[in-house]
Amino acid sequence: MPEQLLQFLVTGITVGSLYALVGLGFAIIYNASDVVNFAQGEFVMLGAMMAIALLSAGFPLPLAALLATLLTVLVGLLLERFAIEPAAGAPVVTTIIITIGAAILLRGVALLLWGKDFHPMPAFSGDAPIHLLGGSTLLPQSLWVMGVTVLLVALVRVFFNRTLLGKALLACSFNRSAAQLVGINVRVMLRLAYGLSAGLGALAGILIAPITFSSYEAGIMLGLKGFSAAIVGGIGNPMGAVAGGLLLGVLEALGAGLISSGYKDAIAFLFVLMVLFFEPTGLFGHKAAERV
Amino acid sequence: MGLAHGARHDALTAPLLAVEGLEQSFGGVMALAGVSFQVPAGLIYAVIGPNGAGKTTLFNALCGFYAPSAGSIRFEGSELLGLPPCRIAARGVTRTFQNLQLFFTMTVLENVMVGCHLRARTGLLAAALRLPRVRREERQLRAWAHEALELCELADRAAQPAGTLPYGLMKRVEIARALAAKPRLLLLDEPAAGLNDTETFALRDLIARIRAAGVTVLLVEHHMPLVMSVSDHLLVLDYGSVLAEGTPADIQADARVISAYLGGAVQYAV
Amino acid sequence: MRLAGFFALAAGVIALPVLFPNNYFVIVVGIAAGLHVILAVGLNLLMGYAGQISLGHAAFFGIGAYASAILTTRYAWPALLALAAGLVVAGVIAWLLARPILRLRGHYLAMATLGFGVIAHVIMVQATHWTGGPDGLTGIPPLNFLGWSVNNDLHGYGVVAAAMLLAIWLSLNIVDSRVGRALRALRGSEFAAQMLGIDTSRAKTQVFVASALFAAFAGSLFAHQQGFVSPDSFNLTVSVELVTMVVLGGLASTYGAACGAIALTLLHQGLVVFEDYEMLIHGALLMAVMIFLPQGLFVGLSQAARWAWRTARGMTP
Ligand SMILES: Nc1ncnc2c1ncn2[C@@H]1O[C@H](COP(=O)(O)OP(=O)(O)OP(=O)(O)O)[C@@H](O)[C@H]1O
Ligand SMILES: [Mg+2]
Repeated sequence: MPEQLLQFLVTGITVGSLYALVGLGFAIIYNASDVVNFAQGEFVMLGAMMAIALLSAGFPLPLAALLATLLTVLVGLLLERFAIEPAAGAPVVTTIIITIGAAILLRGVALLLWGKDFHPMPAFSGDAPIHLLGGSTLLPQSLWVMGVTVLLVALVRVFFNRTLLGKALLACSFNRSAAQLVGINVRVMLRLAYGLSAGLGALAGILIAPITFSSYEAGIMLGLKGFSAAIVGGIGNPMGAVAGGLLLGVLEALGAGLISSGYKDAIAFLFVLMVLFFEPTGLFGHKAAERV
Repeated sequence: MGLAHGARHDALTAPLLAVEGLEQSFGGVMALAGVSFQVPAGLIYAVIGPNGAGKTTLFNALCGFYAPSAGSIRFEGSELLGLPPCRIAARGVTRTFQNLQLFFTMTVLENVMVGCHLRARTGLLAAALRLPRVRREERQLRAWAHEALELCELADRAAQPAGTLPYGLMKRVEIARALAAKPRLLLLDEPAAGLNDTETFALRDLIARIRAAGVTVLLVEHHMPLVMSVSDHLLVLDYGSVLAEGTPADIQADARVISAYLGGAVQYAV
Repeated sequence: MRLAGFFALAAGVIALPVLFPNNYFVIVVGIAAGLHVILAVGLNLLMGYAGQISLGHAAFFGIGAYASAILTTRYAWPALLALAAGLVVAGVIAWLLARPILRLRGHYLAMATLGFGVIAHVIMVQATHWTGGPDGLTGIPPLNFLGWSVNNDLHGYGVVAAAMLLAIWLSLNIVDSRVGRALRALRGSEFAAQMLGIDTSRAKTQVFVASALFAAFAGSLFAHQQGFVSPDSFNLTVSVELVTMVVLGGLASTYGAACGAIALTLLHQGLVVFEDYEMLIHGALLMAVMIFLPQGLFVGLSQAARWAWRTARGMTP
């Protein structure tokens, strides 16, 4: 049993890292624009699919990954410019539907380009499993996922805490009009947020594709899980989203292993519901006092 | 016999509203630091004080929107503290708001009909089937709403969407809406803010008419000429405590009140 | 007159099969549209009037459908009794869920309802013993009551049309009543609504249950109409489509929701011919409508029509 637990933990942290990155993207966009971007999962899918396409066109992996990420960033910027900006100030439902529309559109494009099949991607450094104690194994790709996630999260932290640009973006999330007043170009910041999220999503997609393969629909569940991570962590709290993602991944892996793999998604969402029932603003969300 | 007589005597002399040692803090700010006062039935009772004195907080606490950390609020002899807002409204306390809380997309009449909510009983199922008694009740509600609109001189605006009215009239719709509930205590939070002189005059008459209709009024207001001319009794709050209390004449002569106002920016001649 | 629009609609619904007799397309698309209207009108009560989003409404649609499917095929219950049982189950689940879920706001509420929808869908797929798993259940008998069986498409059209008109009538009545005003009030300002004596959490619970009942009702009809049910008809995509219908038509308008439902049904039918491009066009249209007509097609277009009418009149003095 304990060795099995270790196996579940390894799987959970791998998947959780992915959720964490997607959740981080949600949080960054939400902070900058109060929009929950339901197309976040499609960034993940696009990153993976484009990398796969570039690889099969003969590009070396690093270059393919870089290009795929940049192209996805471009998609993020276009989304902000042509769908989010014109609808500034719209109510929550409207922005939800706009981003859902964008998600469907991107899925439609992917369907046209790559069809309905699952596309495999070679692992970055081989498929030979690493044996851990007690019979558990770890794919080298999992190490890539965890390692790069740690690196990316650290970079995002440094960006927000240490760089002027990051602080300016943070200022926008606290108070947009005040940020505008002190001379921050809020529009540029918004684009920055969308670009950043799209980039994070694409990288997440490229990292996981060798393990799960990818298809035009791969982004749906990932997007939802990332949204769950962001909500569990308290929406708008980037590190909360990371913690929420890891928690969700581990719980899901445990549930799948110990209870039933078919019910894995139900278990994950049941957990989210329970969190919300007891903490209506997430585990690490701030509870704003209402004023009239 | 003796008991019954005693109870009746009590009802005659006991205040409509008795607030004791009310405390409410937000983080470090003591918005209400032990406020006590009593409002006898039938009065126009004003609460004044500089910005941030805690007047709106007092209203929110009375209405059950906040949960004060200490104190008691007795209305007609029974405790309001701990009741949710809708139950407090059902006891006979309604209010208007410093920041308009109108139902902007609904018509003026509908706004005021919402005010009559407590006086009707139609439930979801009966409404869905539009039973004959629902139609009767609907007619009755319309009639009641029109009464409130008449009282507030809004009858000619009944069919207009509330969001399209000029500001002064919107504030008046809030009053009509609160009155439609037939409250025994009406809380008005800065009803004159943003009104011009003519409208303020009309407001003074309206408040007097409301009292004449048997409703006790608790009035928060910065417009001193209005407060001094319309109210029977004043309570002055400063930094969440009662600074002074008395008739308009008492208050105008009170040195502490004058300095409390002068201490901040001079806003209103007292 | 209060119900003028309603009677016009009823006339149109009756006229369609008369104008296009034996037209398969009209009948089949009409049935799909009618079911969608019931769903959208019910969801609009919750979203449009009470201002509470639900991204999991397909779950209630599914509960109604599966209740009818399971009870009629496995236990040979009469159709009407199964339908009633479906309503009860959906109503009880909605009632239990309402309080904790409707305490949430904005995106948290979106998340929670979405989660509920996913959980319900997973159960439909996984509880194979009851639901038949991913393949679903077949052999559901046609709707029958009082010895009359709905065994051709025209009858089906009639039943769905009647049910749809009933749903619209109920919705119009609710909106224009004490209860409906209370809902609209709580959407306008929850705070003010409470201060006027409206028990807002009770009101939200009631409307949540009501809209779940509309959905379950549509679900039952759907199951009998199709003769089979499978989880695909009740997944997240369907929930999103329902929300889209309501918003597309225009929030807080019963006719708007109905128009949105009809428009989206027709759109799907129309897009089928584009095959692989269907998804792309669907997404693009959704975005375009929300960006350029944020109050929805029905409200937006009727405003535009009014504006055109006024300018036209202005030009001919
Ligand atoms: N919900 C809240 N959260 C935090 N602080 C609050 C809240 N409501 C009021 N306060 C604080 O409590 C104090 C009293 O505020 P309140 O609104 O009651 O003043 P007021 O007397 O109504 O002022 P004004 O005349 O400007 O309306 C202020 O310092 C205010 O900042
Ligand atoms: Mg105030």
